[in-house]
Amino acid sequence: MVATEPLLEVKGLVKRFGALVATDNLDLAVEPGEIHAVIGPNGAGKTTLIAQLAGELQPNAGTIRFAGEDITRLHAPARSQRGLARSFQITSILRGFTALDNVALAIQAHDGHSFRFWRPARREERLRVPAMEILEEVGLGARAHVPAANLAHGEQRQLEIAMALATRPRMLLLDEPMAGMGREESERMVALLRRLKGRETILLIEHDMDAVFALADRITVLVYGRAIATGTPQEIRANAEVRRAYLGSDEHA
Amino acid sequence: MKTVKHIDLSTIFVLALLGLFAVLPVIAVAAGQEFYIGQFRRILIFAIAAVSLDLILGYGGMVSLGHAAFMGIGAYVVAILNFHADEGTLLLGFIPGSQNILVTWPTAILASALVALFVGLISLRTSGIYFIMITLAFAQMIYFFFVSLETYGGDDGLRFPGDIPFIDAATDALYEAGYDPVAAYESLFYYLVFAVFAAVLYGAHRLVNSRFGMVIQGCRENERRMRAIGFFTFRYKLVAFVLAGAIGGLAGALFAAHESFISPSIMHWTRSGDLIIMVVLGGMGTLIGPVAGATLFLLLEKFLPDYTEHWPIVFGPILILIVLFAKCGIYGSLLRRHGDGGH
Amino acid sequence: MTPLLFLEQTLNGLQLGVTLFLMAAGLTLVFGIMNMVNLAHGSLYMMGAYYCATLLQWTGSFVLSAVIALAGAALTGILVEVVALRTLYSRDHLDQVLATFGLILFFNELVKILWGPIAIFMDIPGFLAGTVEIVPGAPYPIYRLVVLGVGVLVAVFLWWLITRTCLGMLIRAGASNREMVGALGVDIKLLYTLVFGLGAALAGLAGLMAGPLYVVEIGMGDSMLIKTFVVIVIGGIGSIRGAFVAAVIVGMVDTFGRVVPAMIGLTPSIAEMAIYILMAAILFWRPSGLFPARG
Repeated sequence: MVATEPLLEVKGLVKRFGALVATDNLDLAVEPGEIHAVIGPNGAGKTTLIAQLAGELQPNAGTIRFAGEDITRLHAPARSQRGLARSFQITSILRGFTALDNVALAIQAHDGHSFRFWRPARREERLRVPAMEILEEVGLGARAHVPAANLAHGEQRQLEIAMALATRPRMLLLDEPMAGMGREESERMVALLRRLKGRETILLIEHDMDAVFALADRITVLVYGRAIATGTPQEIRANAEVRRAYLGSDEHA
Repeated sequence: MKTVKHIDLSTIFVLALLGLFAVLPVIAVAAGQEFYIGQFRRILIFAIAAVSLDLILGYGGMVSLGHAAFMGIGAYVVAILNFHADEGTLLLGFIPGSQNILVTWPTAILASALVALFVGLISLRTSGIYFIMITLAFAQMIYFFFVSLETYGGDDGLRFPGDIPFIDAATDALYEAGYDPVAAYESLFYYLVFAVFAAVLYGAHRLVNSRFGMVIQGCRENERRMRAIGFFTFRYKLVAFVLAGAIGGLAGALFAAHESFISPSIMHWTRSGDLIIMVVLGGMGTLIGPVAGATLFLLLEKFLPDYTEHWPIVFGPILILIVLFAKCGIYGSLLRRHGDGGH
Repeated sequence: MTPLLFLEQTLNGLQLGVTLFLMAAGLTLVFGIMNMVNLAHGSLYMMGAYYCATLLQWTGSFVLSAVIALAGAALTGILVEVVALRTLYSRDHLDQVLATFGLILFFNELVKILWGPIAIFMDIPGFLAGTVEIVPGAPYPIYRLVVLGVGVLVAVFLWWLITRTCLGMLIRAGASNREMVGALGVDIKLLYTLVFGLGAALAGLAGLMAGPLYVVEIGMGDSMLIKTFVVIVIGGIGSIRGAFVAAVIVGMVDTFGRVVPAMIGLTPSIAEMAIYILMAAILFWRPSGLFPARG
């Protein structure tokens, strides 16, 4: 790692819920172009972290810098507008809309304001064509006109990613993209993420260790809201503290 | 989705309903039942109000329980301007009255929009049960505001000359030409309202399919996701709320002209409930649904009392049954038969 | 304003405040625990008043009538919950608004059929008639003091019920985690029905006590309902404490809002707006009310 400026830099982040400290003085830096995985046992504060990075939760202390700008106090849409995109652990899509509408709306969100009251949005080439391309890219091209609610679970997870990609982000926050997936669906998702590798900067939160070690350039291990180690997959595998605190409880890892 | 054009039930329904409204005065005059022209003019006015509510309720997912207030504001603006024009006095000591609908109707729209902006700014910062209660409370506040205006009749309301000069002139011309003046006046006024109705319906159709329309529907589906992909949802919901209030005000302006009388009862909170019933009864989240719902509701309200004085005791439970078992409304259930029937 | 008038109006304000609290306490629990909008709460207020007025004509005893009417309101509430509202908990708020609006239509018409469209005037019970001098030279109606006292007693009782009893613990737990309460082997349906019945009894109590002060008439609950909404919105949904504080504030503002404009020559009906302006101001400052129960 040369001394480039990190794309995302978290310093001294603290989030308390009453007596519970969900994020405990956390430091984290994501370099441009890398896939940076955050792992940790249940209750380690991964989802709380994502919520703070995406702007849905305000931290009690600490700063979040993105592309050189302090974004700690910005709301979710403002962060999205600056190029920070996210996917949700629990599938969050517009269920009544078709897959294509979902993605087209994400593109529309980044194509100027939407106070346009007259032209039919579903006939706008500049929304529909790139939306279709992204659906093809994630492997949903054939399902573009299916209402999102009728898609299979794995397809909905792909749509999650497609919507995030459609915002033309500088960085993706992926919250357990493989949650609830079968083996085959997981493999398809890993293949998709592998295609994005190198092209997109990704902060990946994932439970599937095989996927994490296959994809990540660097890994940060979170335990009780605190980063106990950051390093390459080899370093993390070799780290004694990590083995004790986390992987140790998981004998086969 | 191939581009095969097939005439399905829902299309027939839309054409039949709009066609009926388009030719209604002709039928009524031919049948010697001019009375019905006024009745259906009233239905059209409430249909406009119901469509405006549906923009936020059905498309935007905002359960506003105070929409009648915007109708009331529009109606009072027209009534008050007419009243001052008639008396030759000044409103607040400096605003002259007017009977010109090109002045009074836009003023009504503007006033409703301004109040909607104020109400929306506060109530849209909340959601769920809060939003319902706050819109209701604001509507009640506006209701009491007009009750307290004793110059304009307070609780008892205000009767005013609601004549629309150019309709009077046209009626005179038709009378000279040998037509029945009542039928002529009723029909001319009806078609003026119908023209506004058609314009609102077409405008709303463009709106809900535009980029803006996609955004407010997205907010109904999943506001959190909309924020995550970069929409400042509050702004869009606020503009939708203001637009709905403005169109509600327009409906109110028409209502005032139609009745030549206005009282606070038009914005009694149960009237807001009635508007919601119209939207849901017809099929919310569609544009023709509120029209059908307003038609059915007002016809029932008109004719049920002929059968039993105590019709609400039947209508109340029916409403509960509709909620429990037939939520998509008249037009919605026609759409359902054909799967996806969105426009 | 003379000190004596001020004292009298303060008591009036407190008395309206506790009446609003009786309405709001049950309703805010239903909102908070079941996440349910209930527009028909005002109908239970009305039913309490009508039951009591009728029983009073039959029996001549206010206390007996009040006790039976209270039970009647609770039973009416439980019946409504079991027959209609129970299936609505899982529905969206719009469904709840429509269905409970339907209930209002039903109850208003039912009253019209059973009691006729003309308002009923209830006498203040004989043993509570007359006035008492709270300070020398300031007579105040005994009945109003009793209403105030009952309201305060009920508030204390509710505080005890919610914080000190097993049922209260379940109510609080039910508000935050339904599944957990269910997992404890508690019949959550029964719990909801009980909470609803309790709310109905409180609304009925408010209605029957208001009977002799105002008139018993169709739709009498509607305006109370909307004021109750204002109380709940200001206090914060699901918070009994918030409901109490807000009810007293709203009672005071509404009462003084009527007296003050008249003194400076404004029309008193403008006073009806005072509580809504207050609500708007508080919401602008705190969108989820003074005592948000959660979050």
